[in-house]
Amino acid sequence: MRDIYLDNNATTKVDGMVVDAMIPYFTEYFGNPSSIHRFADGVAKAIKKARSQVQELLGAEHDSEIIFTSCGTESDSTAILSAIKCQPNRKEIITTAVEHPAILNLVDNLEKEGYTIHRLPVDKRGRLSLEAYKAMLSDQVAIVSVMWANNETGTIFPVEQMAQMANDAGVMFHTDAVQAVGKIPMMLQDTKIDMLSLSGHKLHAPKGIGVLYLKRGTRFRPLLRGGHQERGRRAGTENTASIVGLGVACELAMQYMEFENTQVTAMRDKLEQGIVESIPHCFITGDLNNRLPNTTDIAFEYIEGEAILMLLNKAGIAASSGSACTSGSLEPSHVMRAMDIPYTAAHGTIRFSFSRYNSMDDVDEVLKVMPKIVATLRKLSPYWDSVNNEPVSNPEQAFQPTYA
Amino acid sequence: MWDYSDKVKDHFFNPKNAGAVVDANAIGEVGSISCGDALRLTLKVNDQTEVIEEAGFQTFGCGSAIASSSVLTELIKGMTIDEALKVTNQDIAAELDGLPPEKMHCSVMGREALQAAVANYRGEEWADDHEEGALICKCFAIDAVMIEEMVWANKLRTVEDVTNYTKAGGGCAACHEDIEAILEKVLKERGENFDPNAKPATKPEPLVAAAKGPMTNLQRIKKIEEVLTSLRPALMADGGDVELVEVIGNTAYVNMTGACNGCQMAAMTIAGIQQRLMEVLGEFIKVVPASEMSKLVNIEGAGHA
Repeated sequence: MRDIYLDNNATTKVDGMVVDAMIPYFTEYFGNPSSIHRFADGVAKAIKKARSQVQELLGAEHDSEIIFTSCGTESDSTAILSAIKCQPNRKEIITTAVEHPAILNLVDNLEKEGYTIHRLPVDKRGRLSLEAYKAMLSDQVAIVSVMWANNETGTIFPVEQMAQMANDAGVMFHTDAVQAVGKIPMMLQDTKIDMLSLSGHKLHAPKGIGVLYLKRGTRFRPLLRGGHQERGRRAGTENTASIVGLGVACELAMQYMEFENTQVTAMRDKLEQGIVESIPHCFITGDLNNRLPNTTDIAFEYIEGEAILMLLNKAGIAASSGSACTSGSLEPSHVMRAMDIPYTAAHGTIRFSFSRYNSMDDVDEVLKVMPKIVATLRKLSPYWDSVNNEPVSNPEQAFQPTYA
Repeated sequence: MWDYSDKVKDHFFNPKNAGAVVDANAIGEVGSISCGDALRLTLKVNDQTEVIEEAGFQTFGCGSAIASSSVLTELIKGMTIDEALKVTNQDIAAELDGLPPEKMHCSVMGREALQAAVANYRGEEWADDHEEGALICKCFAIDAVMIEEMVWANKLRTVEDVTNYTKAGGGCAACHEDIEAILEKVLKERGENFDPNAKPATKPEPLVAAAKGPMTNLQRIKKIEEVLTSLRPALMADGGDVELVEVIGNTAYVNMTGACNGCQMAAMTIAGIQQRLMEVLGEFIKVVPASEMSKLVNIEGAGHA
């Protein structure tokens, strides 16, 4: 059985060319880039090259605006903690209800320390209200942090416009662009975005490498102090092999940008259309007109996500779910709750996320097995009438369990 | 992905007794809010003999919820309803070769559906008697509601108190931040401030006196028994028990029974017992499940022959 990987928003396969480029920095040029001997020969230069490759993908004005970190989460924490340290008198932070936990858990913690957190709500399609946003901006706000694209639904937020609005109000702007970088083109030098986080493993580089983009002139306080690495803005010996790998991955992402936005989108569109046509009582979540090219998130009503994933996995297909059970947490995904997706559908959401390694054959295979998987689980569901093969009438009333 | 046993997978991929029993005369409908799972259990009970002749389930839920429902129907078919009521959630978990701590509530849901169905058969109203909160301690599967209640009821002040009363935080210690947050919240409601260096609110139960000097094997066995006796109430509170089977050198062989048997937390419990024994005996003691003893004894026996 051929395995089909459709969980590229979780992580991606490291590109073979990335691996090849990294190996010499483990074996031959393992020297510390700060050293003066042949083992470090050219390592600093290789880091410089990688920095310019990242710069190119982001459309940054200067290569010194690229700070290598260990991951997207580190970049997020660095950005927000820097902003509040620089501006100790500003005690408010603006973010959204649908951010990644890397932001949400951080601001929850800051809330306990006395910060006021404004969490922008979203509508049923996952969209933000710019009027509501505008009303929150003030000289009390230390930083705005809004994701470029949502990891679950792929919905894209108007961060360039929001950064301009923040700038007009004299407020710093950060975006967690972990899902967007490499999938949609960007030109940061033309924006008012002050800081941006990216993560290598979402674009075919290895895990354990990230970047914080820091626009020249943005006030900054490092999270890690120590050595002079990254111009003193992120101390710690450089992860040279991964930095080199990320550089190559960024260059490849540039090359494949058009493919991503035509071929990959075509696969995504064919899959979701096929599913919606062949399976009753399912719907696509998020802003359908404004999404990442590779992501679709589909809610299958009356069944539960982990059960779907287990059957998909048995059929050799990897995807992910917003169900509570897959995370061991108490609630279905906070993104689904924020969009007010009904409980009987929120638990049954499945995210398929493509990459350039997928093919139309993958789509056909999923379309072949998916209707059967959904039917199998619905047959077990108390919300489903197996005799007439439709939901029981008034499902919420027909089945009213006592909740523990 | 969860570390599901082969039995869980088998019952999930090939569920038994799926669907509603036609002309059922006992129906139980329960849900576990913590996982978004819900289950309807339908039974056909013979009015003369009270034997459960048919059982069927319909489950909205994850892999372990479906597997727990399936195995429950297999367990109770052919039992009288009185026998069926003796089936515990640990029995369900054990029949599945264990469930991950985060998923034990799936087996609880199965047992509750059974109780609800029997109440329905007898024309009674079934009321749920426990509330479930966010899982705080993953080592011992203790949730926030349980910790909060114990903090309130016993005027607990420190993380150590919470561990003494609930076991929460007594394993890997990663949840101590969360426990402190609960203490801060409850203490605030009580008009006090949380002080991490406060003296424990209550003295932990008197410890077994620590051993002094080298021991004979008989003294060692007696001491081990004493320690196990002191730990027994905590285990029994969870529906489990421990029994000393044999002591060979510095290895104690024990039987974990009841709730401990079949729970994937058994290993953690054994580690806790070992720690306690070492503290009291002042020497290295290895605690091993008795199930691993047979081969060892046989080898020794062969050596003597």
